[in-house]
Amino acid sequence: MACNGSGCQSGSCYKDEDATCNQPIKSEETDSTNPTNVCIKCKLNDAVSGYGGIDDGRFCADCFKTNLFGKFRFAVTSNAMITPTDKVLVAFSGGPSSRVALQFVHDMQERAQRNFDASRDRSLPVFGVGVVFIDEGAVLSIPSSEMEEAVEVVREVVSSLVPPRKELHVVPIETVYPSDSGDGKERLIKVMNTVSDPTGREDMLICLRMLALQKVASECGYNRIVLGSCISRIACHVISATVKGQGYSLPADIQYVDARWEVPVVLPLRDCFAQEINMLCHLDGLKTVKLSTGPCSSINGLVSSFVSLLQEENPSRESTIVRTAGKLTPFQFNRIPEIIDGNVPLATRRRQKRYNLKSNESVSSESFCPLCNSPLNKSEIVDWSNMDSHQNSDNFYNTCCSSCQFQILPSDSTSMEQFYMDLPQSMVGRAKQASNGDLSLLREQIQDFLLSDGEDEK
Amino acid sequence: MEGEGERERKRGGRVCCVCNEARASVKRPKTLQHMCRECFFHAFESEIHHLILNNSLFSPGERVAIGASGGKDSTVLAYVLSKLNRLHNYGLHLFLLSVDEGITGYRDDSLQTVHRNHLQYQLPLQVVSYKDLYGWTMDQIVDVIGFKNNCTFCGVFRRQALDRGAALLKVDKLVTGHNADDIAETVLLNLLRGDVARLSRCTSITTGEDGIYSPNAYRGFAREFIKDLERIRPRAILDIIKSGENFRISTTTKMPEQGTCQRCGYISSQKWCKACVLLDGLNRGLPKLGIGRSRGSVGSENGNGSKVEKSIQGKQCGTLDF
Repeated sequence: MACNGSGCQSGSCYKDEDATCNQPIKSEETDSTNPTNVCIKCKLNDAVSGYGGIDDGRFCADCFKTNLFGKFRFAVTSNAMITPTDKVLVAFSGGPSSRVALQFVHDMQERAQRNFDASRDRSLPVFGVGVVFIDEGAVLSIPSSEMEEAVEVVREVVSSLVPPRKELHVVPIETVYPSDSGDGKERLIKVMNTVSDPTGREDMLICLRMLALQKVASECGYNRIVLGSCISRIACHVISATVKGQGYSLPADIQYVDARWEVPVVLPLRDCFAQEINMLCHLDGLKTVKLSTGPCSSINGLVSSFVSLLQEENPSRESTIVRTAGKLTPFQFNRIPEIIDGNVPLATRRRQKRYNLKSNESVSSESFCPLCNSPLNKSEIVDWSNMDSHQNSDNFYNTCCSSCQFQILPSDSTSMEQFYMDLPQSMVGRAKQASNGDLSLLREQIQDFLLSDGEDEK
Repeated sequence: MEGEGERERKRGGRVCCVCNEARASVKRPKTLQHMCRECFFHAFESEIHHLILNNSLFSPGERVAIGASGGKDSTVLAYVLSKLNRLHNYGLHLFLLSVDEGITGYRDDSLQTVHRNHLQYQLPLQVVSYKDLYGWTMDQIVDVIGFKNNCTFCGVFRRQALDRGAALLKVDKLVTGHNADDIAETVLLNLLRGDVARLSRCTSITTGEDGIYSPNAYRGFAREFIKDLERIRPRAILDIIKSGENFRISTTTKMPEQGTCQRCGYISSQKWCKACVLLDGLNRGLPKLGIGRSRGSVGSENGNGSKVEKSIQGKQCGTLDF
């Protein structure tokens, strides 16, 4: 497999020559197709460059913006991410991606409002938008003044995006614990400190963040969560999930829609490059904040520098990675569930049905890791009939996916017990649900009527 | 199928965690256990034994060629396989198979190592040369084509050389010393370049083909990336393979059809496999044929090439039955 090149001793072989010649040829090509540097779309304005990807230097600023918004809108409509009766919660971290997601959602809402005002029968209402900012100050080592400034910027941004008015929820990450207990923050810090692996800490924080987002969304009556994950981010996730041995659950995380949660999560910027997003922020003067984080020695950090190195070498590498991983079979929950509520106006339902394309095949999964909520492979599902342990923390350990077991959960049983005690109730609850054995018992009873996996996938 | 990066760490006082007696001399990357020499060897060999049994890789009486380059992977493979064969009575006829590209001075050292293995483990040795397989040595090819582009020939020919050599020697199976690092790298590379077809089969333990020649810069990056990963988390390499095994490619994905070369019967997606195209060019005095981006030229050249073909038919590919 790794047999190339070693037989060649001459310095001037094909390989070297190819690598060095590539660069000048490419720039000549762009020059010849676009000699005067005019936008290839409108052919009026000067093209701008610097936004990366294969289209770099082809469009003028306006056409570039239209193009980027087009990608967003296409993702939203073709996956039925937002329907007129929805109430959408945009997760805003202050960074460029979520800033652009917020901007685009706002633009879309503004258009919907205009259409609504102009229409006679007003059959399609305007979807509602809220914004959430999760304050992770409890677990990140960030000076509180910096966090206050960030929150201030977030408030400013959200209040500028009117009309229609958007509600802003600023919530601390410890919201995953019930507020009446009062010791949420301490328990959170204890849990995080138990995780020794730096990558595990980062991933644990991601799990907790999602938990907090879900809590805010369900308490405030939102039915969609919009994340600003762009293609660069997703490409990194593909590689890092592969490296962590999560090949089975990987396809669940990289689709447009992820409805395994109580409130479905959508990724409308899945086709936009990080560079494009930065360019848009630059062109439109969109305000973003970046919290100072320490040096990163985790696998996630290593992967993202590896991917950006590859992206420099080939401007469509990130999209190749995501498209390749896109060939993996998604799960059943990777689409918006159909509206069955009769109270929803017919026009809305019809619109949703039209765009909610059925994917050709998907994998069904009934067991999830209680920690990261990733679907479990058959080999990872515990057979409860063979379990003789009565310790809750042991049971919890066994229901987790192997990746979480390795990088998040403590290996000795005393610290595991403590860790289990300090976990948020919702995670513990997930494990209990799995360990009750109801599902497997139920499954056994209806075994004869279940289609086998092979038939299912056809 | 182990990471080869076992580094001996001479820290006094550590005792092997398996036998609790001898001083540990290795921290095994796969499990992070401190082990002594004997326990490590035992664990390593028995894992390979179980792997062979669980996947029923061999059946008794088979002729099995060990691809031997003289490197550490294939040396370990030759040693372990000959030992297991004796110990557990697999009943295999093992022998070493080496390829000589015919580059003056290049293979001398490694062939010597292979020769040592041959004596040490008492395995018969067969060296097949490019001259035997293709009728050309690399030196002769370089004379014709010059120093540029000769990598293409060497790479393409080498990919098939072991298979062709195996067929020449009427072998039932060919084993190679690809280790976990190699396979992990292949999984990553297939992800990076979008090769869905190979992604779905590159982790399988038995294969019908060898890897692909890839002159891109990212192979170097990927190698380095894997080394960095191993430093942070040794287990990552096995995790990558696990991920690769768990990938389920959607059945609606269009896969390239895997056909066979019409000339030599080797696996090929085109009418002729790359080696046959290159050979044809060499033999017709058009050595640049098949280098560069002239896709589809094979079919069109077929007609007028038939005259020359006859004269070379008996020599290389034609005699090999696959």
